[in-house]
Amino acid sequence: MSAAAQPGFKARAAAELSNAALKVAIERTTGNAERKRAAAVAAFPEFDAARERGRAIKDHVIAHLDHYLEMFERNATAAGAKVHWASDDAEARAIVTRICLDADARLVTRAKSMLGEEIGLPHALADAGIERVETDLAEHIIQLAGERPSHIVWPAMHRTREQVADLFKAGHHPPPAADDPGTMVQSARRELRAKFLGADVGISGANFLVADTGATCTVTNEGNAELTTTPPRIHIVTAGIEKIVPSTAHAFALLRLLVRSATGGELTQYTTFHCGPKRPGDADGPEEMHIVLVDNGRTRMLGDEFREMLRCIRCGACMNHCVVYRQIGGHAYGGTYPGPMGAVLTPVLDGLAASRDLPHACTMNGRCAEVCPVGIPIPTLLRGRRWISRLPLAGGWTAYRDLPRPAGRTFMEQYRANQAAKGARR
Amino acid sequence: MPAKPNPRVGLFVTCLVDAIRPGIGFAAIQLLEEAGCRVEVPQGQTCCGQPALNSGDDEDTARLARQTIAAFEDCDYVVLPSGSCAGTMVHAYPDLLARDPKWAARAAAFAAKTHEITSFLVDVMDYRPRGRRLDATATYHDSCAGLRELNIAAQPRALLSHVEGLEMRGLEGNDVCCGFGGTFCVKYSTISNAIVTEKAEAIERTGADLLLAGDLGCLMNMAGKLHRRGARTRCFHTIEVLAGRADGPAIGEEG
Repeated sequence: MSAAAQPGFKARAAAELSNAALKVAIERTTGNAERKRAAAVAAFPEFDAARERGRAIKDHVIAHLDHYLEMFERNATAAGAKVHWASDDAEARAIVTRICLDADARLVTRAKSMLGEEIGLPHALADAGIERVETDLAEHIIQLAGERPSHIVWPAMHRTREQVADLFKAGHHPPPAADDPGTMVQSARRELRAKFLGADVGISGANFLVADTGATCTVTNEGNAELTTTPPRIHIVTAGIEKIVPSTAHAFALLRLLVRSATGGELTQYTTFHCGPKRPGDADGPEEMHIVLVDNGRTRMLGDEFREMLRCIRCGACMNHCVVYRQIGGHAYGGTYPGPMGAVLTPVLDGLAASRDLPHACTMNGRCAEVCPVGIPIPTLLRGRRWISRLPLAGGWTAYRDLPRPAGRTFMEQYRANQAAKGARR
Repeated sequence: MPAKPNPRVGLFVTCLVDAIRPGIGFAAIQLLEEAGCRVEVPQGQTCCGQPALNSGDDEDTARLARQTIAAFEDCDYVVLPSGSCAGTMVHAYPDLLARDPKWAARAAAFAAKTHEITSFLVDVMDYRPRGRRLDATATYHDSCAGLRELNIAAQPRALLSHVEGLEMRGLEGNDVCCGFGGTFCVKYSTISNAIVTEKAEAIERTGADLLLAGDLGCLMNMAGKLHRRGARTRCFHTIEVLAGRADGPAIGEEG
């Protein structure tokens, strides 16, 4: 769909603003996330030092990206994985689809990956006639709803519990017996279990690519990544090249920041390092492991003023603390990545024409930068994408609030008059 | 950061205070003089450049920066009744002029002597108001730029605690943006309205007579919304209360 065919940002935002259920859903999730993050940071006195170290790790890797990517490729290959390089989204889609078709895959399970969304993998698999089953609970919800993620950590956060109950009633066979969260989760488990065991290919993203071991790391709270990547014959990882870290210790240094910033937990329930396919003597694991390293605009960012954005570890704290995101939700932004980080990334990925409003739709309040675990100066980066445009008329002000009237003569007029009077008295 | 005795302080009035509410400028002069400063208002001042900066216009911002720096070169300190204009001067001026050999050092020196007024009164002059009385309840909104760019939070509260009879009440979401954002509030007026509506609701829930803050842009946004909603909350700049000048019309009230 061309950008012109879609309603613009303002129209999308206006529609979301009038959606009362959305407001409830956003406040439940982001309000909770904000409180839990604050508690986690308060309970971690070295947070600022950890953040400084996280920023330093990312900056070091970004400055030596070629070195660490080649190291990763060598070590992943030595561990038995096959490494593929994709310069853009189309190439990445083609590589993944080709691996699936070559393996005669009919059923593919997928663990949540925003990179997969970024490269349009869900559509590509459908176009290739391959059944795709999303295994993350929230992704399962939006697959049933036929939607895209509205948040990078909680893709279905725009849906209330009550709406999810309706989706499960219509989409699960048999439907859940009740709509309390426990029963609904059991129903999703039952629905997904056969898919986990019957899949030909499992596709995951990676939270980290570990250069000195060639391992990829996934973190989840549901265990669905392990069930996606272990039983099928083939495991495909799709990851952005900025996910590289020098060693496992560096991955853990960033993980401490990622989890606290995202959910307020200390560590994810499941943290798995995948190093090559099944080895002789292993009880389980995939026979083939493919790792697709995706550039898609990232090396271009290396050379421009948006380089600091490559630090992003996708925690979602910026959107949880954004007054704009909390009013309009993620879909209004129109790109794969919503909120403040999305407002920086979407112009890179989708072009400026499709995202003209995003750098402007920000109050510059700085809260996103304040909570960013790797110190990305998001407002400064957005300011760099602004350009002079026609000054807006004041109608936008008076439609919603009164305009306080000037008190009379300006300060400067009064001050000069006072000074002149004083001079005359002397 | 002990100050020189009787420092020469240049008051940067800010565009909004100049045009909309001059009383804030006179409150600033009064408080600075009470604190022992010799106050001047350099006539070469115009705008700090923040609107240009936030429109991505670095060139015009740098032009305004040079003009402002030159206008205040003879002052020991530059003091402003606005955290966001002060933040622009303290952070953006040195950044924008860092690669200009003629101006980099002047910009750095200018930034080092520039302060938002409540933080200047407390941190530099160690001033506290005396003999001020206001029998009222008030709540305080932390304007974003002052809070995050200049760490202004404790100082206005410390000053207000010396006003007798004034009872401060906590504001839920005190550090959350009011939805002003300069041109944001008119460009994306429906989103801004949703944000300021929540802010107004939180202010009304405190039941306070007064809303205080340190930036006139934010105050106009909140005052305009409160007024439109028919709320009785009256809005003043913090230093109007500190200077004993909260007896006249509040922001947006007829004079």
